[in-house]
Amino acid sequence: MKSEVVVLFAGDSGDGIQLMGNAFAQEAAHEGHAVRTFSDFPAEIRAPQGSLSGVSGFKLQFGGDSVHTPGDQADVLVVMNAAAYKKYQNALKPEGLVLANSSGFDGRNAALAGYAPGEDPLEAVRAKYRTVAVDVRKQVSAALVESSLSTKERDRTKNFFVLGLLSWMYQFPQEQFKSFIRRKFAKSEALLAANLLVFEVGHALGETLEVSAAAPVAKAKPAPGQYRTLVGNQALALGLLAAAEKANLPFFFGGYPITPASDILHELVRHRRADRIVFQAEDEIAAAVAAIGAAYGGSLAVTASSGPGISLKAEAMGLAVALELPLVVVNIQRGGPSTGLPTKTEQSDLMQALYGRHGEAPMPVLAARSATDAFDTAYLAARIAVECMTPVLLLSDGFVANSAEAWKFPSAADLPEITTSRPDGPPADGNPFAPYRRDANGVRPWAVPGQVGLAHRIGGLGKEPDSGNISYAPQDHAAQVAARAHKVNRVRRYYEPSACECGATEGEILLVGWGGTYGSLKAATESLRSEGVSVAHLHLRHVFPLPEDLGPLLRAFGRVLVAELNSGQLLQLIRSETLVDARGVNKVQGLPFTTDELREAVFQNSAQIR
Amino acid sequence: MATANDYASDQDVRWCPGCGDYSILKQFLTVLAQLDADPDRTVVVSGIGCSSRMPYYVNTYGVHSIHGRAPALVTGLRMTRPDLDVWVVTGDGDALSIGGNHLIHLLRRNVKAPILLFNNEIYGLTKGQYSPTSGVGQRTKSSPTGAVDEPFVPTALALGAGATFLARSIDRDPEHLRTALHRAHGHAGSAFVEIYQNCNVFHDGAFDAFSNKEDKAVHFLPVVHGQPLLFGPNQSHGMVLDGLVPRTVDLTEGTWSANDCWIHDETDRVKAGILAEMHGEVRPFGVLYAVQRPVYEESVAALPPTETASSLDEMFAGQRTWEVL
Repeated sequence: MKSEVVVLFAGDSGDGIQLMGNAFAQEAAHEGHAVRTFSDFPAEIRAPQGSLSGVSGFKLQFGGDSVHTPGDQADVLVVMNAAAYKKYQNALKPEGLVLANSSGFDGRNAALAGYAPGEDPLEAVRAKYRTVAVDVRKQVSAALVESSLSTKERDRTKNFFVLGLLSWMYQFPQEQFKSFIRRKFAKSEALLAANLLVFEVGHALGETLEVSAAAPVAKAKPAPGQYRTLVGNQALALGLLAAAEKANLPFFFGGYPITPASDILHELVRHRRADRIVFQAEDEIAAAVAAIGAAYGGSLAVTASSGPGISLKAEAMGLAVALELPLVVVNIQRGGPSTGLPTKTEQSDLMQALYGRHGEAPMPVLAARSATDAFDTAYLAARIAVECMTPVLLLSDGFVANSAEAWKFPSAADLPEITTSRPDGPPADGNPFAPYRRDANGVRPWAVPGQVGLAHRIGGLGKEPDSGNISYAPQDHAAQVAARAHKVNRVRRYYEPSACECGATEGEILLVGWGGTYGSLKAATESLRSEGVSVAHLHLRHVFPLPEDLGPLLRAFGRVLVAELNSGQLLQLIRSETLVDARGVNKVQGLPFTTDELREAVFQNSAQIR
Repeated sequence: MATANDYASDQDVRWCPGCGDYSILKQFLTVLAQLDADPDRTVVVSGIGCSSRMPYYVNTYGVHSIHGRAPALVTGLRMTRPDLDVWVVTGDGDALSIGGNHLIHLLRRNVKAPILLFNNEIYGLTKGQYSPTSGVGQRTKSSPTGAVDEPFVPTALALGAGATFLARSIDRDPEHLRTALHRAHGHAGSAFVEIYQNCNVFHDGAFDAFSNKEDKAVHFLPVVHGQPLLFGPNQSHGMVLDGLVPRTVDLTEGTWSANDCWIHDETDRVKAGILAEMHGEVRPFGVLYAVQRPVYEESVAALPPTETASSLDEMFAGQRTWEVL
């Protein structure tokens, strides 16, 4: 029994690699395995076929409860062409297995991948790894000889042929895959029939080939409940919709196409109803400002973007801070600066989230740690926005956005209630309505147009307390700056007590992380602890304001390591807020941490403090 | 019967003494009173600039937003709250420079809202820089030897962006302005109203030709649907179309009569283009163009729902679930 297996799918971006990977991930999850996935695709839509720049990759790890990441080195590398092999040839364990589509290794493909003339890349594969080569193109065209599909369409069924082969290897029930295919191709009978057929042929080939059925893989012991699979951006979108409904508010989303945030727009538009408006704006600024307009009108309003799009929304966030309207701003972080690495993951926008607005403009900042956690964090971000009358920044990243997981979905009835500060009517004392009169938590009332007797004006200018009338008076400005800061600090009332993942309260090393590095840190910590290393893992959901109990917890450890996919942004915050002499573990390559990198950092620091 | 004063807020108006904005505010408040507008259902939204202070002076709901973004805010507000009566107040810098993108997209979408663009051909609040409507050669604080930028003609820009309603009026003609505001308010869609507004501090007299008693008659061409284009003292002159070229003719010579003149048809897109571009000594005032096209927020509301789940629980479950016991 293997405790986990890592499969890496790679091929041309036109080969349907992401679909193949996601389908396999869904079936593995459905079979009861814990699953984590990682998409590694090029920013180009159709880079020249067969070229290195056009290679798309999808890695997944499945197995028992020890699976927290998409894994590091692969056990099985599925390569659809020579370029894919060239790109990922070192991503496989030495004892790993290569499943190669030999039709993708012909002379033309070899040349496109940059192999020298006369060099046989498939021979190179065989020389290095245990290899099973199948001419997938030939197999599918033979299987589909009677199909009405064009040659090109037949060729596109290659991915389901490979899935057939893999489903045999891992003994996944065929019927599950077939129902996936039926849903996927419900609109075209010919495509449906062809994909079902090649899947069966692939499965049958497994039995006749020299591929032995793989050793059984451990299953997870998940908590009882109802499960489904979903990816991070989808979970995030559902969390926002759930919050609107629980708050009894209409929902508005303003977006503009940008990678990797666009899938939120795509998911939300699939849930459109009269009370859920999804708006594709003319630019990032309008997407954010239209959301502010909707918030003023009484909707739960959201805008989402990535990289440069978030920079463009900075001015609007400042307005939302000044107006004190609820707004969720989602940042699916990618590599920067500027256009940077659109399809790669990074955590380099933390300082921007905290301080990227002019003036003192504090906003609560939350970070989603995994695909399923994106639901909970989005729900909480929306709840804080509405209940505290503040814009909230919700950070995710390219890794979380695209990674698939099994989700034990909640019952709507069990989600926390969300209340609004909507006033019932004009003040009973006959005085004019005061839009900036705050409650004990610093929250102002959310009166919306149409409410009788509550007409009022709000704006971005300096304002008088209570009335919100324009005021440049020094004491009024100071009072408003302090009141907004107080309101954001009071968001801490939503926090759970800080606690390490493993339950440790003291020890030698504490690994602190935030956001999408959760799985990597958890996996590294578990493996180290199983070897007796004194290390614990703390993962922050609330990066601003930091929890008040953070300092005492950090001080209970010999050394605090802040691990993040940037050059040390949370590190600076933690050092300045807690005065703990924390050290950074940093990676800025557009890629997640590997377990080995984190283990190595812990060992080094452990040796230093001994 | 409500009066303009009933719609004035309790805030001190802080424009420079003599500013054209006072008149526009007065006419706006009067129009609200004439419409018997419900202050609880009326929202005035502005950007940044002298003109954009207006929401603070109107006793309705209001938002003084950020520079150039009022059309975007209004788009979100109207999409979610089509029950509200929403007005946009903006200026030449706000609408045509920093907010140009939002303006053109509001117009092409045809979001229902009158857009009152106070055009004073100058940045007033920042104390006198040239604006996107300043003329070539205009000397300002930031163009001491004269601006070289070709100005926008706002009506032409708006028409090019797909506006369904175009009007021009002026601060110093209260009755004309009120009529334009009424028409704009009644339009089902984006109603673009360019209002010539005198900045007596930084660009005084910019529109004297269209407001001074002695000059107005020869420069101010009133356009009224179904009526010939006549202007000048005692309607001494008219506008005829020579092909697609407008020409001024003297009606006192006996060669031409009012019957020969161009009859204004505010639904004619081609002629609206000629009027919108007419930007010389003689300029048209009134409703230049008014047509019906689907209103954006109504089209959005008419989209079929895509949600197939009938509850949150169904939405969470999606297409395929399994149970762990």
